[in-house]
Amino acid sequence: MSKFQFPESIKSRPVYGTLEPRPGKAHLFVADAEGAEAIIEVAARDAGLMAKAHIIYIPKGADFADKLHALNPAQFYEGPTYAASVQRLRHVLENAHQGLQVYLTGTEGLMGQAQNEAMQAGIPHTAIQTEHRGSVARRMQCVHCKGITEDVMTDPFVCSHCGLNLFVRDHYSRRLAAYQGVCIDAEDPGNVPEPVELYK
Amino acid sequence: MSAAPQKAKPGGQQIPVVVSAVVPLNDLVTRFEFQRRDGGLFPPFSGGAHTVVEMKDGDLTRLNPYSLMSDPADSSTYAISVRREDDGRGGSLFMHRNVTQGDEMMISYPVNLFSLDLRAKKHMFFAGGIGITPFMAMIAQLEQSNGNWELHYACRTESLGTYVDVLSYKYPNKVHVYYDDQKQAIPLEDLLDGQPLGTNAYVCGPKGMIDWVHATAQAAGWPDAQVHSEEFLKPEPGKEFEVRLCKSDKTITVGENESLLEAIERAGVEAPFLCRGGACGQCETDVVKADGEFVHRDHWLDDEQHASGEKIMPCVSRFLGTLELDR
Repeated sequence: MSKFQFPESIKSRPVYGTLEPRPGKAHLFVADAEGAEAIIEVAARDAGLMAKAHIIYIPKGADFADKLHALNPAQFYEGPTYAASVQRLRHVLENAHQGLQVYLTGTEGLMGQAQNEAMQAGIPHTAIQTEHRGSVARRMQCVHCKGITEDVMTDPFVCSHCGLNLFVRDHYSRRLAAYQGVCIDAEDPGNVPEPVELYK
Repeated sequence: MSAAPQKAKPGGQQIPVVVSAVVPLNDLVTRFEFQRRDGGLFPPFSGGAHTVVEMKDGDLTRLNPYSLMSDPADSSTYAISVRREDDGRGGSLFMHRNVTQGDEMMISYPVNLFSLDLRAKKHMFFAGGIGITPFMAMIAQLEQSNGNWELHYACRTESLGTYVDVLSYKYPNKVHVYYDDQKQAIPLEDLLDGQPLGTNAYVCGPKGMIDWVHATAQAAGWPDAQVHSEEFLKPEPGKEFEVRLCKSDKTITVGENESLLEAIERAGVEAPFLCRGGACGQCETDVVKADGEFVHRDHWLDDEQHASGEKIMPCVSRFLGTLELDR
């Protein structure tokens, strides 16, 4: 099951929807892992969608590339990582015109970073569709050293840059495409609660 | 005296001005220029802002919003261009017939409900008739920063093409004019096609034109947040109705040719307002009791709020029956 219903939280926390076909001159899909299932579902709702679609897909170990290819999109790219794919994403956005629809699906880290690229290219965040699929892992920024730790699955966790023990907050930054991690044992160093898996 | 608009006073603070010039532009449109009576500079404004002009028409005080169309970089003068509406409520006729150079008037601090989105990669302006006025100021503002813009301007005839001469002379490659009587029309679909990502569209003109631009852009996949419009509604006449103002403990009758807001003001009750055209939301008023039917006409409340019968915008909306307001 790739869908997960996040509990209600503070206003800062992003809320994801369900992808729907929208009128547009071109359609750009960026997905990782189980996000592929959301693309397959939205493609089934509009037979004309794939003829004008460009799919950028990062499998992250999942096995959907053949199924996405079978949708017969105008362009299909499979990238090993997001970092390796971002150049293509930027190139597509630089050459895009008004009327481009952007669909992001998969993990929060992928959607947040791709949304940031689309926003910088001139698309308002309110016009970018997102649908969460797959892992509930988070992309976290350490508010102390500013380093980013990808795919955080437990709370608290250890900053991969400065080594502080960080508490996972729902406080989110669209600009950084990351949640904020705050030192949990600042007042009583060493007093760190046992890490718990997110949403368990 | 503080330079900031005072929240406490309805409509914000006013500026005493003298009419420094009255310039007829064509059969229907006249430009009015204002300078401060104290000889000082006006507060700065941004392109798309409007001012509410107070007209002392006998016993009647008219308050009409007009877009500021002068150069925002020039703080010595504010200018508005007024189209004469022979079948209107009389504000524009008063301006055309009764206002002359040297007259003393009061105008409000500028308010902007139609500002440029300065994040835009490019600005496309669509004007219909007198809807050109906010774009005059926006264009002047963008020219200061070498902004990327183009104007598509639909006029009825060449002789009614307000500011076409100035605009085509100064910006021959950016201004495109279409005359109705020569069967020319804005090729909207083609124009919206292929624009760079991050282009913003702005439309000011008749309601039909505004709806057309919104619908065409949406069908072409443009984000709603990148299509901006401004339409000042005028209060429409309607059947007389009675209103009880609970807080003030007064009962008033709204005449056929006045708005609910005007009737409230006539009774000496201070009510908040800014645009007086159903757009800004300032005059939103809670309904205590309603026995009859709402005639909602504003752009502020959403359909759900309209249906709830709990709120009304007295600047443009009316009521059939008797109404009780929390005012």
